[in-house]
Amino acid sequence: MNPFSYERASDIASACASAARPAAKFIAGGTNLVDLMKLQIEAPGQLVDITRLPLDRIEETAEGGLRIGALVSNSAAAADMRVRRRYPLLAQAILAGASTQLRNKATTGGNLLQRTRCPYFYDTTKPCNKRAPGSGCAALEGLNRMNAVLGVSDNCIAAHPSDMAVAMTALDTVVETVAPDRSARVIPIDELYRPPGNTPHIETVLESGELIVSVLLPPPPAGRQVYRKVRDRASFAFALVSVAAVRDVDGERVRAARVAFGGLSYKPWRSAEAEDALVGAPATRALTAAGYTELSQLAGVPVAELTKLHGMGPKALRVIQAAMEEQGSSLGEQTAL
Amino acid sequence: MNDLLKLESKATRRGFLKTTGAATLVLASSPALAETAETVPQQSEHVRLTINGRPYALNIDPRTTLLDTLREHLGFTGSKKGCDQGQCGACTIIVNGQRINSCLALAVMHDGDEITTIEGLADEGVLHPMQAAFVRHDGFQCGYCTPGQICSAVALLSEHRAGWSSYATADVATVPVLTDAEIAERMSGNICRCSAYPNIVAAIREVAKEGSQ
Repeated sequence: MNPFSYERASDIASACASAARPAAKFIAGGTNLVDLMKLQIEAPGQLVDITRLPLDRIEETAEGGLRIGALVSNSAAAADMRVRRRYPLLAQAILAGASTQLRNKATTGGNLLQRTRCPYFYDTTKPCNKRAPGSGCAALEGLNRMNAVLGVSDNCIAAHPSDMAVAMTALDTVVETVAPDRSARVIPIDELYRPPGNTPHIETVLESGELIVSVLLPPPPAGRQVYRKVRDRASFAFALVSVAAVRDVDGERVRAARVAFGGLSYKPWRSAEAEDALVGAPATRALTAAGYTELSQLAGVPVAELTKLHGMGPKALRVIQAAMEEQGSSLGEQTAL
Repeated sequence: MNDLLKLESKATRRGFLKTTGAATLVLASSPALAETAETVPQQSEHVRLTINGRPYALNIDPRTTLLDTLREHLGFTGSKKGCDQGQCGACTIIVNGQRINSCLALAVMHDGDEITTIEGLADEGVLHPMQAAFVRHDGFQCGYCTPGQICSAVALLSEHRAGWSSYATADVATVPVLTDAEIAERMSGNICRCSAYPNIVAAIREVAKEGSQ
């Protein structure tokens, strides 16, 4: 580990001022940063320890949401009954990540800012544009089944490794920061991360010395929340892919849906296409207007009649046919195309 | 508690090494000597720690991890260095009531903290119930991961008493019974190369049951 000077911050303003210096970095849980410093992938000249700042509380907001302080540990957030009851998706996602030992140290802010686990970012004998800008990307032709497939560039296919951030993206979380000039700003979590483009070493929109002080969860969305993770072992492994989903169902109709994927991109990937496909809003409106409010009413109805409805596309038709097959019924005869 | 366990708890592996020859002792302490002789800390930080109920104060390079502080500077060699990357759990200790990987913690950031290591679990020569259960169930083979496993298991039970759920919990808003699946998930931060997992789970299950009666 390279030598560094150590400073224990006593207030937010001085912490930001110190961290704005060249080669200075904030440190909180340190579970990612200390590891990277041992490997000399990170080599800050100064560490600004923010763990004594009063940012470790979870508070109710007037709107009915929760504000989680940047220093709330992953364990504390997942153990909080308000989080577990109102945002089970978030508690599940946090508990799906790392081990208890790591979650006890890792913080809310640090989790958002953790670096990729791309093996070539860690292997200092290989080129990596994120670690050594301009050196190339060994992952493009290497072992890359864990790497990103969406939003990538020819310079970097690293995936963001967080589980927590995936749930937060599905929950429309807002990141609250304070800058060295003491100005505060709020950043929708989907806008926190920068696409790799030609500068994969610049990962977020945060400015030098800008500190995440909290995240704001809006009131919980209606519907059932679930987090599912696919990985190479049963526990304590990063996601090949994960999904955070919220589905509000009224009978057979999906009123609202939110879908965010982990492990696929440089950021948690919110998919409007997937959400639209689940909700099928135009098709649902068309069906309701034509008097069809239950799936069972469609049994035997000719396909041609349904496709005439404005808003009923081939995708909606496939969804309806699949749903009816599950129930052992079907639409009427397909007319000649 | 049977006599065998009492006897075992009095004779420590470290005590045995320290009394079986100066060569062993010199060998064991040489990394620390080399470090102080060859590197001049850019900055020395004063750190106070309470370890197993006793206060310690020392001046250390801010790069020093809690694990190296314990092992190389203070002689608490029970906590083991496995991967040194937070992946194996051999270095698990309990800090302010919570288990952490001491290899990823800078000691300077823990000024004033209370630490429990494997050396602090036995009570006046009587093994901690979790230590005794690991012996009874043969919860190890080579033993290298065992101090971390036991510290982790002790913390696991207090987390469960505090109502924590896990990824194995079907409804995250409930406090589940500690099934084998729950124990396995909660112990996933401790790797055992000898794969003594079934016996480790059995030991933890037994102590959990004793505690709930």
